[in-house]
Amino acid sequence: MNDLNNAEIINPLEDPNMPDQEFRPGAEVPAETKETLAGSIEHYVQPGDTESVVDRIQSELPKPKGEGGGPSGDNLTLAEAHSDRKITRLERWLGPENYRIVKGLSKTWASRIGFFLIVLFALIAIFAPLIAPPVGSDPYMMPRDGFASQPKPPGSPWKKNAPEIPFWYKSITGNDEWVHLLGTAQGQYDIFYGVIWGTRTAFRTGFIVEIATVLIGVILGSVAAYYGGATDNILMRIVDIFMTLPYIMMAMIAAAVLTPRLGRSLLPAMIAMIAFGWMGYARVIRSDILSIKERDYVMAAKVSGVKNSRILFKHIIPNAIFPTVVLATLGIGSVVLSFAALSFLGIGTPLGYSDWGQILAFARSWINNLDKYWFIVVFPGLTLTLFVMGWNLVGDAVRDVFDPRMRGRGA
Amino acid sequence: MTNYIIRRLLQIPLLLFGVTIIIFGLLGLLSPIERSALYIRDVPRNDNQINAVIRQYALDKPLPVQYWRWLVGTVDINGVRHGGILFGDFGYSRTASQPVLQIIQARFPNTLDLALWTMYPMLAVGIWMGVKAAVYQNKWPDQAARMFSIVGTSFPTFVFGLLMLIFFYAQLHWFLPGKMSDWVTKIMYSGELKQYTHLLSIDALLNGRLDVFWDAMRHMIMPIITLSYINWATFVRVMRSSMLETLRQDYVVTARAKGLKEGVVINQHARPNAMLPVVTMAGMSIVGLLGGVIITETVFNYPGIGKAAADAASQLDVVTSVGMAIFTGFILILSNLVVDILYAFIDPRVRLS
Repeated sequence: MNDLNNAEIINPLEDPNMPDQEFRPGAEVPAETKETLAGSIEHYVQPGDTESVVDRIQSELPKPKGEGGGPSGDNLTLAEAHSDRKITRLERWLGPENYRIVKGLSKTWASRIGFFLIVLFALIAIFAPLIAPPVGSDPYMMPRDGFASQPKPPGSPWKKNAPEIPFWYKSITGNDEWVHLLGTAQGQYDIFYGVIWGTRTAFRTGFIVEIATVLIGVILGSVAAYYGGATDNILMRIVDIFMTLPYIMMAMIAAAVLTPRLGRSLLPAMIAMIAFGWMGYARVIRSDILSIKERDYVMAAKVSGVKNSRILFKHIIPNAIFPTVVLATLGIGSVVLSFAALSFLGIGTPLGYSDWGQILAFARSWINNLDKYWFIVVFPGLTLTLFVMGWNLVGDAVRDVFDPRMRGRGA
Repeated sequence: MTNYIIRRLLQIPLLLFGVTIIIFGLLGLLSPIERSALYIRDVPRNDNQINAVIRQYALDKPLPVQYWRWLVGTVDINGVRHGGILFGDFGYSRTASQPVLQIIQARFPNTLDLALWTMYPMLAVGIWMGVKAAVYQNKWPDQAARMFSIVGTSFPTFVFGLLMLIFFYAQLHWFLPGKMSDWVTKIMYSGELKQYTHLLSIDALLNGRLDVFWDAMRHMIMPIITLSYINWATFVRVMRSSMLETLRQDYVVTARAKGLKEGVVINQHARPNAMLPVVTMAGMSIVGLLGGVIITETVFNYPGIGKAAADAASQLDVVTSVGMAIFTGFILILSNLVVDILYAFIDPRVRLS
């Protein structure tokens, strides 16, 4: 019986008797241990193991990748079995658990397409002044070609105060005259300009709202989880109450209340979205911290008399925050979606601000002639959809990585 | 069971308190003068009038007093109650020139009508697709459902709605935005159509007017498709993973080992059990539909609660939009309660825990 118990421990990496830190992936393996690891199956078999135990150990040893090729069976060594697993610098830096998340993200085609879309939009945002040269003092305001109310279809030439022609235009089209590439909305706002610069608006609102919601969520969630008891109870009831209220409606009303105070800008809508958007992150970080605060190193810190706030901010949050940060990054898609929805409803940005939701809102005045003015809907709508889809595709991969039931089952 | 219901009922005052506090907090951002607009119906003639209102509604008193007055209002010497959201006085809408409660009474049946007709396609198709995706895991129906669900969650409601308007309204003229055609409005006001329920589609059926019913459907079909579509995306995902979980259970293996037909195993053994998480979600979705679907209603000009709130908010009419928010909050709390109790009837694990 005793022998069997010993035989259960087949992987020295998981052997609790081994000195701990030396075998963390990412740590330097000392020379003499390397030799031991390179030993054959004899290394795992204790003297006195029965035949069946040896067989089982053999079957449980990892097999080399290629079928048939390479060493097999009896003389398989751990070093060979793991020869394909080089520990990269990234893994060393992130740690094994977080590295698995990052790797899972780049595994499927769907998430790769998602990353591609995000990078593409980031490039458009960065090079916006080159793609669509700004006019006037505020580059975020869409340039207008006169004030006529009828929208103009894509390809109609600029008539009044045409902006500087971007460098790429002539070489691609061979045309000297700057046109409305994607048409104009009512009031002759240039849709192409709005779509390009709207990318910047999207990233700006997405990042700011997301960072603020995560900060609030993390602070409240970790305080609730760490102190527990009545604090936890009260904070979580507050979360429940906030969650009862419909998000878009409350954000819309809060923005409407704030607009007279702050003026028409990005601010009212962003503040409103932050005020009603933090609850999800508070819940996620709370459940992560509940498991981490039972770990030995937290106990050790407590026993050695470290202050509560220091334990929370130095020991617990850094170890618990990675999943929240990844989730939060991917939440940017839905933040941008909600922001566009608010602009579409006519709340938030001033008239003429480069913002996809607002261009789409222009279409509301032409509901009877949308077959003629389809370009007001299709171009900003497609851009917004692709932007959100990029984040959602990556987000889907993240969910699979985090959900242990889905692990290892591919797409 | 009784215990569970009582416990759940005891949460209601707490939730109501929390929701009203949050909304009151929003109002707290306004100055007393702006807040006095909550109670004034005509343009005030002078400062005295405003000050009288401020005093009458305790807008210059400490916050707890203000909150209490806001909840129950005041009774003047003639015994007439002024204000008091708990008594249904949500204030007077400046933009619609009528009391907020009247807007709600006029608009809520429309929202209810839409929710009623959205429920069926939303549930039936969502569950059907989720089951197919799970049964054919990693084959083309699964991939298709997955793609569908990703596109569905990424497609902004208003873009989807506007695209539908381009094709089905502006181009083909099959379906219409709004609530009813002009000739139906005439019939309504002439009293030819008896209004039993104030839900247009139901009233049309009760009156035996199929032409009116057809007109109502032509106006509702685009919002129905839009709302179903965005909900399908999540239903498919939840139903699929729950079904996959169920298909691995021992009793499913037993049923298969007994030699039952695959269809029987799936439809009678696996699916009913896999539906429990979907029941919760369905409850939440229906509650969401009742709470007014702001964006969908706005895109299609459908005159429900959501559009009323959006119209008010975009004109910065705080009184009306806050009234809508309180009403929606009440509706959500109540319908959540109903859903939870129904759920306890379905799943014994809930009421016994």
